[in-house]
Amino acid sequence: MSVLVVVECDGGEVKKSSLEVASYASQVAQMLGSTATAVAVGEATEANLAKLGEQGISKVLYDSEPRLKDFVNGAYTKLIAVAASKEEAKVIVLANSNIGAAVGSRLSIRLEASLATNVVELPKTDGGKFVVKRGAFSGKAFADVELASDRKIIAVKKNSIEALHEAGKTAPVESFSAQLTDADFADAPKEVIMQDQAGGVLLPEADLVVSGGRGMKGPENWNLIEDLAKALGAATACSKPVSDVDWRPHHEHVGQTGITVSPNLYIACGISGAIQHLAGVNSSKVIVVINKDPEAPFFKAADYGIVGDVFDVLPKLTAAVKELN
Amino acid sequence: MKFLVCISNVPDTTTKITFTPDNKEFNKAGVQFVINPWDEYALTRAIELKEAQGGGTVTVLNVGEADTEPNIRKALAIGADDAIRVNAHPKDAFFVAKQIAAVAKEGGYDAILMGKESIDYNGFQVHGMVGELLGIPTVAPAMKLDMSGNTATLEREIEGGKEIVEVNTPFVASCQQPMCEPRIPNMRGIMTARTKPLKVVEPTTDAARTEVETFALPPAKQGVKLIAAENAGELIKLLRNEAKVI
Ligand SMILES: Cc1cc2nc3c(=O)[nH]c(=O)nc-3n(C[C@H](O)[C@H](O)[C@H](O)COP(=O)(O)OP(=O)(O)OC[C@H]3O[C@@H](n4cnc5c(N)ncnc54)[C@H](O)[C@@H]3O)c2cc1C
Ligand SMILES: Cc1cc2nc3c(=O)[nH]c(=O)nc-3n(C[C@H](O)[C@H](O)[C@H](O)COP(=O)(O)OP(=O)(O)OC[C@H]3O[C@@H](n4cnc5c(N)ncnc54)[C@H](O)[C@@H]3O)c2cc1C
Repeated sequence: MSVLVVVECDGGEVKKSSLEVASYASQVAQMLGSTATAVAVGEATEANLAKLGEQGISKVLYDSEPRLKDFVNGAYTKLIAVAASKEEAKVIVLANSNIGAAVGSRLSIRLEASLATNVVELPKTDGGKFVVKRGAFSGKAFADVELASDRKIIAVKKNSIEALHEAGKTAPVESFSAQLTDADFADAPKEVIMQDQAGGVLLPEADLVVSGGRGMKGPENWNLIEDLAKALGAATACSKPVSDVDWRPHHEHVGQTGITVSPNLYIACGISGAIQHLAGVNSSKVIVVINKDPEAPFFKAADYGIVGDVFDVLPKLTAAVKELN
Repeated sequence: MKFLVCISNVPDTTTKITFTPDNKEFNKAGVQFVINPWDEYALTRAIELKEAQGGGTVTVLNVGEADTEPNIRKALAIGADDAIRVNAHPKDAFFVAKQIAAVAKEGGYDAILMGKESIDYNGFQVHGMVGELLGIPTVAPAMKLDMSGNTATLEREIEGGKEIVEVNTPFVASCQQPMCEPRIPNMRGIMTARTKPLKVVEPTTDAARTEVETFALPPAKQGVKLIAAENAGELIKLLRNEAKVI
């Protein structure tokens, strides 16, 4: 009766969100008096997988089938289902990523499991129940949800669980084959196109985010946002109208109808703070708002604020960060 | 081609969320319900593809009680041909997926289009479940969808990029921007929607696998600490020394 956790890797490294889910899984295993096994997907190195011991993982399964390097829904689902039955897993933990949700939903049918996505806390197991807290209403609320089936699948939201680091602990890496066939790769992508990442940080994985709204006046002024982001090592984001008029690419649009982010720091520049925008960012740990209008609603959702002109304030902030570094 | 477009009925995006006094249920009082914004992409794209093909049908499907019918009629006004409502309180994603799969199986649809996620429960899971129940591929979330014969070419968003995926009918796709510009109903649409068929069917199962015990609102912010624009650099020191986030 073990806990199985799906660990996503990229370019040989375990993704940060997967270090969090691995830590989540090992803590659930401890609550259940069991152990946590990881199954790795994507491009991984044995040395990096062994380091999952630091997150409390007891064993790592890795299928070296080369076609598993990129996400294939059918193949990933089967791989994890095979690992789950081999390990007799009662609880399966994934990241609440596009991969985790796509695989988790299929697995929940195949394994007759209860599924909760967007989970933000460790489960409560009093009274024989298994209850998880998950975000609902686009970040405007939380729900405690009972997972009633014998098997449970949990997709954990990024940056909601602190990753464990027990320095020096390693986990054995076992090669494992799910006996995947060509049919399992039928829905393989024809092509994978990654964004130009030159020097930038990817928004979904970012700890720090600098975001701009209509108050930035035009795309030609985005160097102010980018300079601060670069100095901080932050990703850049924007409000919906900004991506609607193509000042910025669509994948930077955060909010209720864009992506939801939960970084440690979100700096909003020239964004009014409409309810749909707040929904996508209000689980950020610290929110900073820079707006020339003291009545802008965003100030009510902020931890720190500067009432001022972005064109004056942003260069000062960038200079201050550079000075600090 | 036969398109099935699944729509959920959700609180308007400006809704201030509150719950019943026992925190067990969402408080619907005074709340305006709308078609889930993501599902508008699925609906409009299905209509566009039907028009481009010069034939076929777009059927909208909702699993919900009778109070969802105004939004089903709105989908008909936007351009769907007919509608099905599975007459049930949608208990959870699994329950909804089972109903959708049953309707899809019976109707023999070529493409089942949904939204990326329902903005009330934010499951992002009904599409994967329906695909698995029917044994067909699901592409989620899709930013682009084109059809050529029985083959669909989709752009699927992944963290940090996109994939080009090709699938044959039947398939499930969950839609999001910038797939199309969602249409709004025009006067003629509203008039014809009244007489388009809306079939009500009973659920095929009442099985669910999760249950909400309580709801809670996020903790309120402590209040904003303002820093004068002249001393903007001070903010950076506070972020390092007080908030400890940089
Ligand atoms: C169904 C629906 C879904 C939506 N989903 C989203 C979503 O997912 N994400 C989203 O962001 N929006 C969404 N919106 C739109 C949302 O309602 C707002 O219109 C939008 O967030 C406003 O963007 P903004 O803050 O950039 O622009 P504005 O509201 O125009 O605000 C600009 C702000 O900049 C300030 N400003 C101007 N000049 C300066 C200056 N020089 N220095 C400092 N401050 C300055 C102004 O005081 C103002 O507060 C949605 C709307 C609907 C109806
Ligand atoms: C008053 C009320 C109370 C509810 N209480 C609960 C509850 O306690 N727990 C709970 O899990 N759900 C509840 N629901 C149901 C909820 O609205 C969803 O229909 C269902 O939970 C699926 O949500 P999801 O976030 O998992 O969907 P997602 O997986 O995010 O939805 C993806 C797509 O599936 C389609 N879809 C989703 N729901 C429906 C639907 N009902 N009909 C047709 N297509 C649909 C849409 O295309 C949507 O874009 C309630 C609904 C109402 C109206």
